[in-house]
Amino acid sequence: MKPALRNGATDGPALSADGLGKHFGERVAFEGVSFEIPYGEVFGFLGPNGAGKTTTVRTLGTLITPTSGSATVAGIPLTPENGIEIRRRIAIMPETPGVYERLSVLENLECFAELYEVTDPKARIESALRAVNLGERARDPCGALSKGLRQRVALARALLGDPEILFLDEPTAGLDPVASRDVHELIAGLGRRGVTIFLTTHRLEEAERLCDRVAILNTSLRTIGRPAELRDALFAKALTVRTVAPLAEPGSVFGGLPGVDGWRRDDGGAYVVAVSDAEVAAPAIARALVGADADVLSIGESRHSLEDVYLELIDEDREMGRR
Amino acid sequence: MNLSRRRVRAIIRKELRSYRRNASIVGAMGIVPLVFVLQPLVAVFAQSSSSSTVLSHRHELLYMLGIPALIPAALAAYAVVGERQQGTLEPVLSTPIRREELLLGKALAVLVPAVGVAYVVFGVFIGLVALFAHRGVASALIRGPDILAQIIFTPLLAAWSIWVGIAISTRASDLRVAQQLSILASLPTIALTTLISLDVIHPTLGLALALGAALLLANRLGWRIVSALFDRERLIVGAKG
Repeated sequence: MKPALRNGATDGPALSADGLGKHFGERVAFEGVSFEIPYGEVFGFLGPNGAGKTTTVRTLGTLITPTSGSATVAGIPLTPENGIEIRRRIAIMPETPGVYERLSVLENLECFAELYEVTDPKARIESALRAVNLGERARDPCGALSKGLRQRVALARALLGDPEILFLDEPTAGLDPVASRDVHELIAGLGRRGVTIFLTTHRLEEAERLCDRVAILNTSLRTIGRPAELRDALFAKALTVRTVAPLAEPGSVFGGLPGVDGWRRDDGGAYVVAVSDAEVAAPAIARALVGADADVLSIGESRHSLEDVYLELIDEDREMGRR
Repeated sequence: MNLSRRRVRAIIRKELRSYRRNASIVGAMGIVPLVFVLQPLVAVFAQSSSSSTVLSHRHELLYMLGIPALIPAALAAYAVVGERQQGTLEPVLSTPIRREELLLGKALAVLVPAVGVAYVVFGVFIGLVALFAHRGVASALIRGPDILAQIIFTPLLAAWSIWVGIAISTRASDLRVAQQLSILASLPTIALTTLISLDVIHPTLGLALALGAALLLANRLGWRIVSALFDRERLIVGAKG
């Protein structure tokens, strides 16, 4: 159960889009994007370069105006008149940190605390610095910080206004593994506190680890759902069977077994057996292998990653484009 | 429209901190006034008492109105396109700030040091003339109406120069181009003040009132016009949907 939000708004979605789109003249940045994101969800927004992810974030963040469709952000209709009210409730961390390099970390945060009209800015700044582990570098000029540390300043800046919705555009781009892990922990922590997070990323393992649901965008929305649901929807269930030596007659071993739909041999020499029900098929396969005097190394469920889902969909789009 | 003083102050403070740590800006703020003050000082110190009659027909002090016209031009030109090039504009525009607040903050952050420098240089010039120039020359140069005009027109001219510079900055895509255009745009003002100081255009109370009213109106309109020119979308994506 996600904790209640500061304004108590738990009814209705945190973010919703209905046929949202943006064209720049003839060029389509993104179109027909529809989704609903409940409060407290960590939502991953994936897609190749130029798919329209950043433009979608900027549109939902009221920085650019959509050319089609409608949306609500933090329960407020996305219209130019509501821009200020929406921006009070959200924060955007762009891909490039965009910090004032001549100012110190503290001075950068002081400026933004005032822009958000934060009550008790000193306490908020201290809390944001603690959250990103930058307390000891507070007085350093931002120009002297590494990219990873500037990214953390940008993250601290995004936290100052206590946002209901946090848009993170590639938050770990250019970070080393340790810094990335710190950012992941912070995102997970914000999610637990009930902050809705809209995360665009190229790192699929990051999305898989952090996100409750993901959407894959390639100008139009290709799919949306929980990573496990997407895997199940896109790929047939399969068991991977490894034996010490190749089977003499694999067709007679796997053919006709209950729950088995087919089989093939993969590049590593293992047998990938397509199954309709793994709990029925696995014992039957084990018995059949023993019956065939095969030396079995392992029988396990074939795992498809979110990357497999992503590549499958993007490859489909490429194929369609060629036709 | 309710403007937030707190947000305007935040922009002013941020800008002033950035200027103070920018050697090229500090340098420009020192060099431009020197150019405007050295030549008249040399000319004044070279004058004998007998030339006071000629000087009484001129308004050397008004020549220094070029300082508030020129100093803010380069600074104001940086205001928008500079932030855009550094990637700092998008985070600011993602906050609840209104474009009017952002522009007012930026304009005031340029106005304060520009007017301050202009007044200090003017004061130093008058002090040096009063102390070291021939008595007749000093009394011919230092006249009440000219000092009053200098005090009143310095902020008015600086503000005009700032709005022109920011307007150019909101439309330009390159900082250097913006600065060059902005300085170029301040030249007609400098030409006008120079012609007045040389008595080619004879300064009268009527002319001063007319110019003052025109500048007040232009500055008020300038803020509105620049706010209208400030298009978040174009500034962020470089195109309009």
